[in-house]
Amino acid sequence: MIHIHKYEKWWIGLTILMLVVFAMLVGVSAFSKGFQVPEPWMRVDPNTVKESGPFADANLGLHELAPGKYEAYLLAQAQPWRYYPSELTIPVGSTVTFYVTSVDVQHGFRIQDTNINLQVLPGQVSKATYTFVKAGEFPYICGEYCGVGHQGMFGKITVK
Amino acid sequence: MFAVEKKILSWHVILACVALFIGTLFGPLQALEHMGINLYPALQAVGLQSYYQGLTLHGVLNALVWTTFFITGFLMYVMVKTLDFPLTKPALNWAGFYLMVVGLVMAAIPLLLNQASILYTMYPPLQAPWYYYLGLTLFVVGSWVSGWGMLATFLAWRKQNPGKTTPFMALAGMITMVLWQICTLGIAAEILGLILPWTFGLYGMDSQLARTLFWFTGHPLVYFWLLPAYVSWYGMMPKQSGGKLFSEPLARFSFWLFLILSTPLGFHHQFLDPGVPAVWKFLHAALTYAVFFPSMLTAFNVIASMENGGRARGGKGLFGWLLTLPWTDPSWATQALAMMIFALGGVGGLINASYNINLVVHNTAWVPGHLHLTVGSGVTLTFMGILYWLIPHLTGKSLWSKKLALWQAWLWFAGMLIFSRGMHWIGLLGAPRRTMLGVALGNYGSADWRVPTLMVGIGGLILYTSALMFFVEIVMSAFYSKESATVEMPVAEPLHAEPIPAWLNNWQPWLIATVVLIVVAYGPMLIQLISQAQFTSPGFKVW
Repeated sequence: MIHIHKYEKWWIGLTILMLVVFAMLVGVSAFSKGFQVPEPWMRVDPNTVKESGPFADANLGLHELAPGKYEAYLLAQAQPWRYYPSELTIPVGSTVTFYVTSVDVQHGFRIQDTNINLQVLPGQVSKATYTFVKAGEFPYICGEYCGVGHQGMFGKITVK
Repeated sequence: MFAVEKKILSWHVILACVALFIGTLFGPLQALEHMGINLYPALQAVGLQSYYQGLTLHGVLNALVWTTFFITGFLMYVMVKTLDFPLTKPALNWAGFYLMVVGLVMAAIPLLLNQASILYTMYPPLQAPWYYYLGLTLFVVGSWVSGWGMLATFLAWRKQNPGKTTPFMALAGMITMVLWQICTLGIAAEILGLILPWTFGLYGMDSQLARTLFWFTGHPLVYFWLLPAYVSWYGMMPKQSGGKLFSEPLARFSFWLFLILSTPLGFHHQFLDPGVPAVWKFLHAALTYAVFFPSMLTAFNVIASMENGGRARGGKGLFGWLLTLPWTDPSWATQALAMMIFALGGVGGLINASYNINLVVHNTAWVPGHLHLTVGSGVTLTFMGILYWLIPHLTGKSLWSKKLALWQAWLWFAGMLIFSRGMHWIGLLGAPRRTMLGVALGNYGSADWRVPTLMVGIGGLILYTSALMFFVEIVMSAFYSKESATVEMPVAEPLHAEPIPAWLNNWQPWLIATVVLIVVAYGPMLIQLISQAQFTSPGFKVW
């Protein structure tokens, strides 16, 4: 075996302990407390997604499933750089499940001041759920470079 | 001695520095934009079309070209010097160099013509012309060929020295090049299997599969940047400190761990991707924690080695050894400052890798803030420090101005602390990465953004000042320095002259572990993503 200094052994022990504790904390918060990252939901064809199915024009935006429970379908598009729809209004205390996909390049979907943050890919539907307990305006913005208009790609949720 | 190797190395260094010179030009433009001063409209006259064209050049030239040229030249030279064995097939290393140059030119043309403003991540379905991707491919293949030249030399040395332990830096350099060969298979598959046929219209694009192949290479890529810096921190800086390498066996162990652990964790860049199941993301998060372990070993080992140097130079007490270290030696001081910044980057990296905590920072300005602490300082500032002994070593002339070099390093240190503090801060406030923040602020930003964007701007301008000082220093040193000097490559001795056990010198078990871990961590998901791929997306040019 190799010679390892006493202090270095302590350092190695502490490092392993720290990393194991971190992994356990993150694992428990995710798999037992439900603070999870996005998972596969459904595939779509980005070339026809606007025409039929859940992201057809008529179906975009908010749907009330039950009192205080909503789902929202959003399309992300470059040129012009925007989301369809670009505004949503919901009552305080609403729980909304967001479904987002792209008709062209990769985008992001991050609702400011929340933990909702999605990578949006053509061909994939990204899904996340959030309960809005505070009134106010929450912009949703694109975090992935999607062309020269990227910095102007955003929408707004009004909670009142 | 080693005249051919010196020539090959010199050309790699020249090309690396030219790339860095052009790449850093865009830094102050980005800094000013974040402060609300967009100079790009005025630059259209010289052919620069947009912020994002500049940003693509900044990323490709600094992160890919500067690093890869420097690394392939530097590791080759370190290997032949520490083996004391010249290149057996220098033609391979020259061929690799020329391939990289041809690839760079092919990729540079569409970049400069604003046909490839797709940032260095080149996420499809953003689509550049086919010759851009082919240029990148040739660039990477060129670095492979240089690696084969190193491998041929290494194998010839082993044949002549049966049973001999490979010197530490030669082994570490070879491990880095082997890691590079293995991990770049991902981007090779992405470009040759998906992107090139797609640019010719043969089939559409599945962007989830493309991202996965990209990040198969993308994370080990950062270790390809970092490990040559570690070669210097472990193998040279103890000597420059006036001491010895605290634990050589553990230094070797760290490098073997980097070989097996750098690749099977790319999903930590894809925690928020819709097409990858959570359990696979968690496995990669856990493996990312594992690769943090050899970095912690490195932190202890290199600091203990410097303490050894500081004490040998007369330092006393718990911290007195810090003061006796060679703070007036530009090469040493520059790298010591790089290390300090890198430690902060390491902490931030652990946060990024922490699975659901990534929801807070993914795609925000926090991420490039982190990247500038790591590749932008830990790596780049270290390479600058290496050049402060390497250029005198190659030219036989002393540094033009030690004072300028020291000021350069401290300014980089200060500028980076301000810049990256601003980037991390504004990222937590929700500002996206790689975005014209000066414009975005008016769209959806808030008043809280003003102080951190100002810090980003001021820090960025200080960094550019430092970069200019670096270029003045190296150009003057290379061409106008008059004072002769004999500068040898620093090679640290181990503190304990103990025999290296066979398991730390034998490639086979580590290579097997590398392949097994990659197959376990990537195999099932890759099979699933490929078998369920939907090649639907056409290409888009939206810039």
